[in-house]
Amino acid sequence: MSVHNGVVRSAYHPPAWKAVDAVAVEARAAALGTRSIKKAAKLQGLLLAVSMIDLTTLEGADTPGKVRDLCAKAMRPLPGRSDIPSTGAVCVYPPLVAVAKEALAGSGVKVAAVATYFPSGQGDLAMKLDEVRRTVEAGADEIDMVIDRRAFLMGDYAKVFDEIAATVEACGPAHLKVILETGELQTYDKVRFASQLAIDAGAHFIKTSTGKVQPAATLPVTLVMLEVIREHYFKTGKMVGMKPAGGIRTAKDALKYLVMVNETLGDAWMSPDWFRLGASVLLNDLLMQLEKERLGAYDSLRYHTLG
Amino acid sequence: MKTPAQTNMRLTVAKTYKLFIGGAFPRTESGRSVALRNRSGEFVANASRASRKDLREAVVAARKAAEGWAGRTAYLRSQILYRAAEMMESRRESLTATLVKAHGKTAKAAEAEVSASIDRLVWYAGWCDKLTQVLGNQNPVAGPFFNMSSPEATGVVVLFAGESSPLLGLVSIVAPVICGGNAVVACSPIAHAPIVIDFAEVLATSDLPAGVVNLLTGNRDELLPTAAAHRDIDAIGAVGLSMEEQVLLEGGASATIKRVWLDADRTSSAWAVADHQSLYRITPFLEVKTSWHPMGL
Repeated sequence: MSVHNGVVRSAYHPPAWKAVDAVAVEARAAALGTRSIKKAAKLQGLLLAVSMIDLTTLEGADTPGKVRDLCAKAMRPLPGRSDIPSTGAVCVYPPLVAVAKEALAGSGVKVAAVATYFPSGQGDLAMKLDEVRRTVEAGADEIDMVIDRRAFLMGDYAKVFDEIAATVEACGPAHLKVILETGELQTYDKVRFASQLAIDAGAHFIKTSTGKVQPAATLPVTLVMLEVIREHYFKTGKMVGMKPAGGIRTAKDALKYLVMVNETLGDAWMSPDWFRLGASVLLNDLLMQLEKERLGAYDSLRYHTLG
Repeated sequence: MKTPAQTNMRLTVAKTYKLFIGGAFPRTESGRSVALRNRSGEFVANASRASRKDLREAVVAARKAAEGWAGRTAYLRSQILYRAAEMMESRRESLTATLVKAHGKTAKAAEAEVSASIDRLVWYAGWCDKLTQVLGNQNPVAGPFFNMSSPEATGVVVLFAGESSPLLGLVSIVAPVICGGNAVVACSPIAHAPIVIDFAEVLATSDLPAGVVNLLTGNRDELLPTAAAHRDIDAIGAVGLSMEEQVLLEGGASATIKRVWLDADRTSSAWAVADHQSLYRITPFLEVKTSWHPMGL
């Protein structure tokens, strides 16, 4: 324990690590991105990617009607094709959780909600925890929290750690995904440290981005985070999930992420229980590629709903 | 010691003809190139053989550009087409030289083809802001309403150019389609690559938004079936198809009710005839929107 501005906090110090080799990370990520996946494996990958999507709408203009439409799409992405699975979850703002919960009832599709003063995380802890508790009460199965980047970048790691730990507790039965907002963390070293910190504080998933800051998810950043998860697993035997989010728009991108997860963490993580893709337009591109495989002709967005 | 300039010795700067997609000049994703030779068998240049995936990328680029292009004011479209003609005029010598060197034309024929191509662009540039007045209409109806018809762009149009006229034959089918506000993917024979890609360089410097015109060089038998079945193409125009190709195109297009427009192949001197610049080369790629309007508003 330590005293910080008069408040007693847990002491959390950065592990003594060598710096991340940025060039090697980027080269490895680029090399994994060139894998060619064909035919049956591609089809399997596309279907798996659909089942891993957190179908997301996080706009000021979201309405219950829009969320219900999104839920219908999440449960049955392409009417007429029962071979295409439901998405992993629908991700909304807290006030729309009840609407999503009702729309998804009995479908197995989870309700995820962003909380803790998403996307900035600029709010005090009591209000953040209150928001989390109320969101879980409203029916959220998963909470996507943002870390306090201000505290993190100012070196107050204990504050970040305590907030995550308190949020895990406030979540109760709900799973917690911790958003690092890697676009604001600037270096791979900080991304690695933030990942480890979130895992140590009890995160079930670590997630790259809110989608509101550029750059959002990138392959190299995801690789750094996946390797932290791997090391943690080797050390403790405990699995942690991963969710890249933001900027993943095409089926080709999604397959690159799947290749990376499989190469870095292996088969056990190739499931919506351990890997998710936070996206909105990605789903339609996956569906277009799945239709292309079925029809033998390139598909058009005009045959798909919701943009 | 003398510099290379003083000795007139320079390395040959041979041009590789790539594709024109979304305002950029990428190599074909397939990596395939074909060595072009002139009539006496001498190497002219390497040209790209576009694949089905290049066609897909080009359609994506065209779809992205289509709405913005159709949404520009007709006056602006007109000015941009005129600017393309200006750019062509200032590259007249180089285009003529390409037709002579790479396509075996006589200097006189080459010059005539370039001039006719420039004039054709100017002619269609003039039509952009006159289409609506000529083709649109206020219709008499038996009721207290207005009823107005106006032409609108069809959307993404794929064109297959003929074998016989590499520049004028291409300009004559592309210009009317973009004049109407469509975005175009035009496929020419590989042998046409030098002048087609020179023309792409003209378009790339004409303020034409990226993706409004995409130019591919490739084999028609490879690209036609893909285009016919592609669900994100609104219309296909083709020059000089065999009967079998027509059946294939019409059959593929019927699944998504694409518009199909066919024309005969002809030589550059035949294309130069004024009959082949016509309002009725624009209309096959227009849709008529009719709106009802309560009178008095």
